Amino acid sequence: MAAADITAMITAALPGAEVELRDLAGDDDHWAATVTAPQFAGLSRVAQHKLVYDALGGRMGGVLHALQLVTRVPN
Amino acid sequence: MSDTNQRIAEIVGSNDVVLFMKGTPLFPQCGFSSRAVAILDHCGVAYESVDVLQDMEVRQGIKAFSDWPTIPQLYVKGEFLGGSDIMMEMYEAGELQALLDEKAVARAE
Repeated sequence: MAAADITAMITAALPGAEVELRDLAGDDDHWAATVTAPQFAGLSRVAQHKLVYDALGGRMGGVLHALQLVTRVPN
Repeated sequence: MSDTNQRIAEIVGSNDVVLFMKGTPLFPQCGFSSRAVAILDHCGVAYESVDVLQDMEVRQGIKAFSDWPTIPQLYVKGEFLGGSDIMMEMYEAGELQALLDEKAVARAE
């Protein structure tokens, strides 16, 4: 998946989110993402990650094989 | 509850620490599973591992069980803790070791 598509899907589901992507292998298929979103406030890490996976609409673990994910609440 | 769900519940319920992974701790078949194994080894805890590549039902079923789309998945005392990213984040913050201590799980021999 292209970076722009990943970012667009996340920010569409989580308005105000900031998405930083690093291409780990140069193949558009292995990404490391840091997502900072106000919606994460008060949620467990599992719940935060689920919001991002939901935003990606089932692509995680499928089309999008590898996404290392770190979630943050904005300061 | 489906048979697979029942089987997974039994595995999770009968072991303090369970890692569902691709491959085995000695021969992980995926970078994320390899990372999860390394973290548990660093923590020095005893754990059960389930190779989902050997069992297609569990491979699919575990995703529904936890409502989590990827493998590896770590369970401690029956509770889903997360995948390898969350394990790494907790490990680096010292939270994983603290939680394993708090839950008094068995140490690796």
